Amino acid sequence: MRRYFASLKKENSRMKTIKKTIKTIRINPYKCTGCRACEMVCSTTHANPKCGIVNPARSRIRVFWDETNDVFVPILAGEYTQAECNSRYIVTINGKDFGECSFCRSSCPSRDLFKEPDTGIALKCDVCGEPMPEGGPLCVQWCPRGALTYAPERIEEIVAAEDEEAAEVEEL
Amino acid sequence: MRYGETGFNLEIDLSQGKIGKEETDPKLTELHLGGQGTADKILWDRVPGDVEPFSPDNLLIFSAGLLDATPVPGANRTIVNTFSPMTNLHAHSVMGGFFGPELKYAGYDKIVIRGKAPDLVYLWINNDKVEIRDAGHLRGKGCHETAELIRQELKQDKAQVATIGLAGENRVYTASIDSSCGSAARGPGPVMGDKRLKAIAVRGTKDINIARPAELFEVCRRLNRELAENPKVGDWMATDEDDSFHHDNFAWGNARVRRRGFWSKELQDRWTKLKYQHMDRQRGCYNCPKACHNVISWPGRKRFSYKCYGKDTYHMAAFQELDFSYDILGVAQEYGVDSYSTPQVIAFALELLEAGILTDKDFPGMPSDTRGRFFYILEKIVHREGIGDVLANGVYHAARQIGKGAEAYDHNTVKKFEQLPIKLKKLNPPYFLMIATGEKMSITQIEGSFPQDPLPTREQREEFVKNWIACPDDKFKRWFLEWEKREVLPMEASCAITDWNEAMHYIDDSIGLCGFVSAFRGQFGGRTAYHLWNIPQLIALATGLDFDKDKLWKTFQRNRNLVRALNVRRGMRRKDEAPPADHWAIRDQEYEQKLLDAYYQFKGWNREGIPTKETLAELGMDYVREDFERKGILTS
Repeated sequence: MRRYFASLKKENSRMKTIKKTIKTIRINPYKCTGCRACEMVCSTTHANPKCGIVNPARSRIRVFWDETNDVFVPILAGEYTQAECNSRYIVTINGKDFGECSFCRSSCPSRDLFKEPDTGIALKCDVCGEPMPEGGPLCVQWCPRGALTYAPERIEEIVAAEDEEAAEVEEL
Repeated sequence: MRYGETGFNLEIDLSQGKIGKEETDPKLTELHLGGQGTADKILWDRVPGDVEPFSPDNLLIFSAGLLDATPVPGANRTIVNTFSPMTNLHAHSVMGGFFGPELKYAGYDKIVIRGKAPDLVYLWINNDKVEIRDAGHLRGKGCHETAELIRQELKQDKAQVATIGLAGENRVYTASIDSSCGSAARGPGPVMGDKRLKAIAVRGTKDINIARPAELFEVCRRLNRELAENPKVGDWMATDEDDSFHHDNFAWGNARVRRRGFWSKELQDRWTKLKYQHMDRQRGCYNCPKACHNVISWPGRKRFSYKCYGKDTYHMAAFQELDFSYDILGVAQEYGVDSYSTPQVIAFALELLEAGILTDKDFPGMPSDTRGRFFYILEKIVHREGIGDVLANGVYHAARQIGKGAEAYDHNTVKKFEQLPIKLKKLNPPYFLMIATGEKMSITQIEGSFPQDPLPTREQREEFVKNWIACPDDKFKRWFLEWEKREVLPMEASCAITDWNEAMHYIDDSIGLCGFVSAFRGQFGGRTAYHLWNIPQLIALATGLDFDKDKLWKTFQRNRNLVRALNVRRGMRRKDEAPPADHWAIRDQEYEQKLLDAYYQFKGWNREGIPTKETLAELGMDYVREDFERKGILTS
């Protein structure tokens, strides 16, 4: 998902090459303490009324949480898929095999993750909606140990309208 | 609609296999908050004073704190209350982790368990669907092993599981209940085993409603940052490698020997290296920005985590080094034993062997080295085999069962409960009161708001009080400014300090806050995150109940007196309120008894430590007065 903060390209205007900074949420599972504050803050800030409900099952970020094997990986909800995928793969971490669903971001018919628990409506990370909260996505702001960071990832050169200025882009 | 809490308790009768869901009275929340406060009201109403801890009529209550599962950072405690076989008194037990919040997301504030299952079972709570399931296949399994097996068989990787290990199944008095990185000690483990309840698994996907959403969120956002950045909250032992405080000052072995000058730079470097060579990560509890638990992988052992002084207890009891604690902790935690009491019981047994009260015949096949002996005795205790069957009852009871002078080696228990191994020279008056009269059984559950010792200079003391936001009244600042010698404090100050220290724990244990961000942490640096000034606001914003500092204080007093009432009804009196005789080298009986008199009076208790009619009336507890009058505990 990409979202441009800069104004859209105007038709018929003269074009030029500008630099855009791509920002993204970076996940460092080694720094995750497994506290799930990200789930809490996501669920409550997306609630209606805002902050009136807390329920991690409604969160668009879930920590893959396996304390036996010491694996904690925050996963941001991705696209809804209508069908189970056919991919077959196994991730091996420290000698332990994890199935293909373990780190998947999709809201999918084969599981209840990333769906509203009462209605089944699919959930997807919206980087906290429009406009983005001051200070960046809230899961990042509440992450105490830097497991989640939101920072410039790379600079891309793109063709843009002459009057468009360099801008920040976020990518998920 | 209820805010902050679910308004429902789960009622389980294991004898009859009955499961019920009951709506709770919101007035009780107003009077006792939640957690231990409301649990103790249930114990008062339903468990008469003559019910034995191992009776089916004893209740085992798992409570979430009132603020668990709300955005309040560090509110995640599960409080477990019952009557303990070790003390035959109220059992106060708290664990961190994730269980309490998950229980609330499943729609319950408490699980109230009575009866005994015919055979080993576990409870599976999945929102409204609750089942009592066979646990025969889990018999003898370790705590974390059991949790993993249950998650796998239920195909519920997000379920939170509280379990007992073999020790709990065998009703070892020092058995704990473990869940994730948390461990509930001081009494409920053997009761859970007696009820033949191996585990409780819970998964919740329901909402917790917040009364004043935007305001609470803003306060919590600030607190989240503040907790993360404030080095004065959380467990400094997770990262501070200088642990000279415990090693040089606490007593080793069976709470006997102080080894001043044990700590050295060389040792610190060596242990630091050992720790980081084996540490996988530092973990936190639910919605808390601190990371107090060091997760350790030790060759050949199950991965484990530890917090605070739990890192030191085994190797100090055994006169070993840190590598011994790392070697034994993973084993002991899977068996599910408390790491404070258990090492003392083992050290006590080895002292009796050395003294000839126990002999080699009591320990058939025991290795000759200390490390091997600790493992050997631990095995005997958790299996209740041979002498282990006696030691499994804790130091106090074991000493009396063994006899032959063993009683003299029980020198560090209060109310039959093993205390921290602290042996000092001069008496600290509030500590005398806390250890004598505390009913949470361990000093760690009583101390914490007022500093343990005076600061050396007036300038340092002035600096300390300058930003002492947590201080509830200026009188504490005055006393601290004038405090120069540990043993010299006005009686009034000693009483009020003890009271304040207790107050914070009673509040935390009703709302679910961790002591490391609240009650326990004010004493070191004075900058705890939660205190009597900001907690009322958090309660009000989360629950919609009007609370201010005075009302919160009164709630503490009510909850405090309720615990006292429960224990008085079970026979506790002034004679039971004495610190270990050797806790301080210099004692003054007359002064100590005067201090105790003053404290009882301060608390509104009579000379026997029983709440007076006036105190009970003031707190709206006439039901206690009536019961006491009927039983002749108070005269009518």
